[in-house]
Amino acid sequence: MNLLLLIGAPLLTAVAVLFSRNKQQVKWISLLGSVVQIILAFALLFAFRQERAENNSAQMLFEQNHKLFDSLNINFHFGVDGISVAMILLTSLVVVAGVLVSWNIEKMTKEFYFLLLLLGLGAYGFFISLDLFILFFFLEISVIPKYLLIGIWGSGKKEYSANKLALMLMGGSALILVGMLGLYFIAGHSFDILSLSKTDIPIDIQNLLFPLLFVGFGVFTALFPLHTWVPDGHSSAPTAGSMFLAGISMKLGGYGCLRVATYLLPEGAKEYANIIIILSAIAILYGAFATMMQKDLKYINAYSSVSHVGFSLLGIGMLTQTAITGALMQMVSHGLMTALFFAVIGMVYDRTHTRMTGEMGGLMKVMPFISTVFFIVGLCSLGLPGFSGFVAEMTVFMGSWENADAFHRIATIAAAMSIVVTAVYILRATGQTMMGAIKNESHLQLKDAAWNEKLAAIILVAGILVIGIAPGWLNDLLRPAAEEIMNRIAGK
Amino acid sequence: MKSELLVTAIIFLLLFIKIGKGMKNELLLSLMQVLLLLNFIAGFFFNKTGNLFGDMFYTTPLIAFQKNILSLAVYFISLLCSDWFKKTGHLPEFFMLMLSALLGMFLMISSSNLLIFYLSLELATIPVAAMANFDLEKKRSSEGAMKMILSSAFSSGILLFGISLLYGSTGTISFPEITGQLDGSSMQILAFIFLVTAFAFKLSIVPFHLWTADVYEGSPMAVTSFLSVVSKGSVAFIFITVLYKMFQPMQDMWYTLLVILAIATMVIGNLFALRQQNIKRFLAFSSIAQVGFILVGISSNDYMGIAAVVYFVLIYVFSNLAAFGVAAVIAEHTSKENIDNYKGLYKTNPFLSWILAIALFSLAGVPPTAGFFGKLFLLTAGGAKAAYWFILVAALNMIISLYYYLRVVRAMFMDKNDSPVEPIKVSPIVKLALVICGAGIIMIGLLSWIFEYIKTLR
Repeated sequence: MNLLLLIGAPLLTAVAVLFSRNKQQVKWISLLGSVVQIILAFALLFAFRQERAENNSAQMLFEQNHKLFDSLNINFHFGVDGISVAMILLTSLVVVAGVLVSWNIEKMTKEFYFLLLLLGLGAYGFFISLDLFILFFFLEISVIPKYLLIGIWGSGKKEYSANKLALMLMGGSALILVGMLGLYFIAGHSFDILSLSKTDIPIDIQNLLFPLLFVGFGVFTALFPLHTWVPDGHSSAPTAGSMFLAGISMKLGGYGCLRVATYLLPEGAKEYANIIIILSAIAILYGAFATMMQKDLKYINAYSSVSHVGFSLLGIGMLTQTAITGALMQMVSHGLMTALFFAVIGMVYDRTHTRMTGEMGGLMKVMPFISTVFFIVGLCSLGLPGFSGFVAEMTVFMGSWENADAFHRIATIAAAMSIVVTAVYILRATGQTMMGAIKNESHLQLKDAAWNEKLAAIILVAGILVIGIAPGWLNDLLRPAAEEIMNRIAGK
Repeated sequence: MKSELLVTAIIFLLLFIKIGKGMKNELLLSLMQVLLLLNFIAGFFFNKTGNLFGDMFYTTPLIAFQKNILSLAVYFISLLCSDWFKKTGHLPEFFMLMLSALLGMFLMISSSNLLIFYLSLELATIPVAAMANFDLEKKRSSEGAMKMILSSAFSSGILLFGISLLYGSTGTISFPEITGQLDGSSMQILAFIFLVTAFAFKLSIVPFHLWTADVYEGSPMAVTSFLSVVSKGSVAFIFITVLYKMFQPMQDMWYTLLVILAIATMVIGNLFALRQQNIKRFLAFSSIAQVGFILVGISSNDYMGIAAVVYFVLIYVFSNLAAFGVAAVIAEHTSKENIDNYKGLYKTNPFLSWILAIALFSLAGVPPTAGFFGKLFLLTAGGAKAAYWFILVAALNMIISLYYYLRVVRAMFMDKNDSPVEPIKVSPIVKLALVICGAGIIMIGLLSWIFEYIKTLR
């Protein structure tokens, strides 16, 4: 399969949106484009499995290499392994859901969809790039759309949040940039991930560059204590913006931490693994406890995102194959779950015009569909078996337990304890909003989900359930790629 | 020599028009636009390599390309500021002055001798001071011109002092011969420092930047854009030549100096830009910060450095002129120059807002704009010496600069305003120029052969 299609489809859609005449056209073109993206993502999945079934054991499949800046050895080098395929699937699902839930955007519809599609384009490009420069290019492409989406269509203190997000992410990029250039000169002028992975990089250089790259990508994925843009950014963004931010953009950081920092600088990863574990354990617990104190639904999900993303960083820090597989599963699972959560919160907010849990109640009676989805996503968030959250977190814990020393055990136990806290805040939030008597009389007239909202929710719920009930295929996809990374770490 | 002769021919043509019957502004402007376009196109043909006047003047494909960039910038200025040109009196004089300055810059880039270098530098500076005074009825304009002429006279004095010291210690004024005579004696070091000081004045490198903001603010928009793009670009080009060729034996010394100057320029330029209200002052400080980035690229001391700087200046022409172009249109139609006046601009003028936003993103170095590639290549060039902390400082400066560029974007797209700028009818020619600039900003980065071509030039 030609990977350029994955960039071409969103680009074409975005351009078509730019030239469309009215709001109806904009919406339908975007929907059509995102459906095409889903089809492409699934085609990629099947093509990938097909190749693997035919014992094509190359590390990256469907590789292609186009010269860009030849004299600097910068190339459009694309290729996918299992991790990329999983992330691309996640992206396409979130994109289509995001397009669907924004169906009723009235303000500057064309610009909104254009930026949304551009954000998706950045993610696709990022996940298929095998050249650090191009990877960085696609990572940075999403900064402008994020800023404008939050600043123009957001709510609350949107300008502040947009600025904070853009500047913190730019700060992360600055660190990545320095680390990237360091790798480039060490490896004799090459940005190519595959050839860098075969280079022997001196240990002191690895120890110097690893923190730059890991912290740089870490900012994108809410590495404690650089997570502060997450609550503000997520809660101020419009619904689809939050979905994209939490569902896709934060995964860019996790993917970068693993693929660039850990994979290319294994000695550095070993050196700093304990610090990563401590930071992510703090993030997990802190995020969970901070969520307990929140009364705004969006803040609840934003802080719980900090906690959940901590699991994927914890998995990376544990440096075992199972833990890394778990970390990747957690990325996919959290992406789907949090996108769904934000979608549902958006639907509730559109109707009740409040996000405060205290002002709602008994919504189950007036909008059963939305409330049911709310329940499902809540249960997934607290890690109930049968949903994707359980599979992912369980795998991380199992992988963590493979490290037999006291430090890793304590960190694992501490992280596991957060599940209890999660249960408390999730059950409390659902109880307050969905159960009991209706607090506000005007809520009696509220309508249940419209077709577009139902469709968006069903797509994401299906993703969560498929991973929860039959995680085997995802495991098959991710485990060999994680093994490749482990081989590099073990020095094979 | 061809490009110099062409510009001279246009100047003479203007002279004849002036002493003859004269022409209506519109007609003259169209004529100039056509001529400048032809001048730019002609720059690509019949480029010969060689020396003239006993090795005082030399040209190479790289120098020819640099001249083309400057011609392009002048052509864009003649398009973008049409509205102002049509209204101003003394239009032939303005173009005469601008082209004389351009001629001076051409000679300066090509110079291979301290004497012709000094003469052409003066030719490139003095007309600009006269141009800065062109808003005749405005006090600020005269003030800016006064500041400009005083500071350039001062820097010329320092430059001459440096030249005389250099001549005294080496006994020659030809670049290649000086290189052979350099032995790092304290007199030569002093001469070198004086020379760099003069360059620092022209490039407004901190701490010699103080004239910049006032002159930019006072001058008409056309002059400001000429100063910030054409002047800066040409001096940066000759600065590279002087450092890389003439002072090559002293490279350890000027590397340290450049690192210090670059960091000071980036930090001070950025910090001062944070609080500016007037869009011209804002762009003045942002251009100071951009010069800091150029210095990062220059510090590399190899062909990558030259290519990165030339490429960056090319991108800078498009981005900065687009920004100034939009500011000029708004200032011309509403005489509003404050960033606060830009609040709610998107509601009334979506086209202008998008162009300005794209230009600012390019200046900030955010992809997919070309500025991203330009800045990254400068940093790549500067990083070749493995001074990671230096690159880190530069990269962190990109964050500060993003903050203030976003301030304008925020004003245009997000802030509410009860009395926003009224919808402006942009004249077709300005619109065309803005569209070309916008398209250039997006395309130059992605069309990688442009950079590859510059990299092959010697």
